[in-house]
Amino acid sequence: MTFDVRRYRGFFGLTMLCLFILYVPLLVVMVYSFNDSRSITNWEGVSLRWYVDVFTGPESEKFKQAAWNSLTIALSAAIVSTTIATAAAIGMVRGGAFRGKSATFALISLPIMVPEIVTAVATLIFFSTIAFPLGTLSILVAHIVFCIPFAYLPISARLQGIEASYEEAAQDLYAGRWATFRHVLFPIMGPGIMSGFLLAFIISLDDFIITNFVKGAGVETLPTAIFGSVKQGIQPNIMALSTLLLLFSIALVTLSYFIGKRGEALQPDRGD
Amino acid sequence: MTAAISLRDVRKTFGDFTALKAVSFDIADNEFFTLLGPSGCGKTTLLRLIAGFEGTTGGTIHLYGQEIEGLPPDRRPVNTVFQNYALFPHMTVQENIAFGLQMLKWPRADIAARVAEMVAMVRLGDFVHRKPAQMSGGQQQRVALARAMAPRPKVLLLDEPLSALDLKLRQEMRSELKRLQRETGITFIFVTHDQEEALSMSDRIAVMSAGEVQQIGRPSEIYEHPANRFVADFIGETNLIDATVEAVEGQIVTCRLPDGETVHALANRAASKGQSGTLSIRPERLTITRDPPPGESLKGVLGASTYLGTDTHYEVRLGPNLSLTARMQNAEDAALRLDEGDPVHVSIVAGAARFLVT
Ligand SMILES: Nc1ncnc2c1ncn2[C@@H]1O[C@H](COP(=O)(O)OP(=O)(O)OP(=O)(O)O)[C@@H](O)[C@H]1O
Ligand SMILES: [Mg+2]
Repeated sequence: MTFDVRRYRGFFGLTMLCLFILYVPLLVVMVYSFNDSRSITNWEGVSLRWYVDVFTGPESEKFKQAAWNSLTIALSAAIVSTTIATAAAIGMVRGGAFRGKSATFALISLPIMVPEIVTAVATLIFFSTIAFPLGTLSILVAHIVFCIPFAYLPISARLQGIEASYEEAAQDLYAGRWATFRHVLFPIMGPGIMSGFLLAFIISLDDFIITNFVKGAGVETLPTAIFGSVKQGIQPNIMALSTLLLLFSIALVTLSYFIGKRGEALQPDRGD
Repeated sequence: MTAAISLRDVRKTFGDFTALKAVSFDIADNEFFTLLGPSGCGKTTLLRLIAGFEGTTGGTIHLYGQEIEGLPPDRRPVNTVFQNYALFPHMTVQENIAFGLQMLKWPRADIAARVAEMVAMVRLGDFVHRKPAQMSGGQQQRVALARAMAPRPKVLLLDEPLSALDLKLRQEMRSELKRLQRETGITFIFVTHDQEEALSMSDRIAVMSAGEVQQIGRPSEIYEHPANRFVADFIGETNLIDATVEAVEGQIVTCRLPDGETVHALANRAASKGQSGTLSIRPERLTITRDPPPGESLKGVLGASTYLGTDTHYEVRLGPNLSLTARMQNAEDAALRLDEGDPVHVSIVAGAARFLVT
């Protein structure tokens, strides 16, 4: 008899409870972002006033600046960390055996396990020790560094699934190292690189703790700006802003899913 | 005339495992040369050394007189048809075939012409815009062939290119490959562990075992005059019998079999009286008769038989320590109706027995 989790009593209830805890708060936020009331608890009918408020209200300038910072930082951090992660993955997966390979792998992936608050404190101490001015650039540098392992994992997973014979075939057909990478390895790895990039982008966009430590005065990203506003009490415009962020993230994740799918379809049929 | 490929004492070790021990031989220009041997004997390793994917541990490899050690694969005028084809999954058939030419920076018009020529040669006209994943194994195989031949390599390396195909397609591709080799005049080095494939396609065969070349020769030489017991056993079917030399007369030896019978055989090299070795007799060179035939024959009892369509395999027990397998053509009017347990005579076709000195 095969193992079927659905036959166990309580499975349905537990599943429902988890889904409830996970998604009901999000649903509440989304629904109440369309509330016409100043209060966040009383329902007074459907309206888009808080969305209008996000873009034109008293806090709109702050939000726009923060959104711009978030996007540019996330984009740059994702590009740089994905590039580094791709090079690291090729070195690790294709470099053959070398001394300290396991240690290198541990070093690359450890930051995922280290509590973020520890990384945040350590990064801040590092910046003040070398007298690095806190601001947009310090945020960017910190983001690049902690995004590398997140970009590395999907990229190296993808590369491990690619047989070395494609690269050998390319070299055999007179492609040098760079041409082999550009024309053969990169397109085949593409979906993995894209997943790594999107993951790094979302992680950077979403980061609060490290950013809050190293941002310095006056520079805000969306998470720190939202946190700043919430400290003075939750306004409905925050719900509208959160809903927009949520939709943006869902769009990115969906994109990443379809890119992954396309990558699978490219795997050739061996004909045996 | 310089050899296409010249190997001298080529060795290859992986850690403390020796994959190739001092391999030396020449492959002539325009030759269809086959490396044949059981799994793990080092065929792929040798091909990878010639292609440049691995470096040699010792020895030298010359390509048309030029030492190629140290040249990376992209600087060797040698192309490979990979066992798993390794077609680029993100490119169409056309792009796959054009790849090598683009890397060699051929002019665009020449590339288009050459691709069209290759597509016609392997008969893939309807598929040029397909991706490899949308094609059958046999079609992918032909793309791999066209891709490797497009840059006009001096030597084409083929690593078991037919092993993933079904029997019918494999037989078709055999003659196809042979035709392509003749038409293009490219030197082929073909790897297989299928002896039938090797015998039917090759100009010459190198039989390998455990990292060593056992024998090199034309298919008929390898089959008719095996150099040792391994080759006799590996190529085709044979009866291998331990024997000792009774008398020597030039190349011909009289050998004594375990139960005391004697047989004349051609020795593979100089033998002396009292020497032990192996007698090899192919099943199809044995004739079974009810009545004693004129000349040398052995008496026995018929054992099990296996019907194989054109032929029948018979087991003949000659004594307590010896039985032979004979293969006889099934004639339409079977004058010879043999049943298990019948007393019979077995004779060896003149000159067909081989004595292999150990
Ligand atoms: N990179 C490697 N590292 C260690 N051992 C290897 C390596 N490549 C090959 N070998 C060993 O060398 C021997 C010869 O391998 P090779 O692939 O040349 O065999 P083959 O004759 O092509 O066999 P097959 O018919 O199964 O393909 C094998 O025992 C194999 O395990
Ligand atoms: Mg092999």
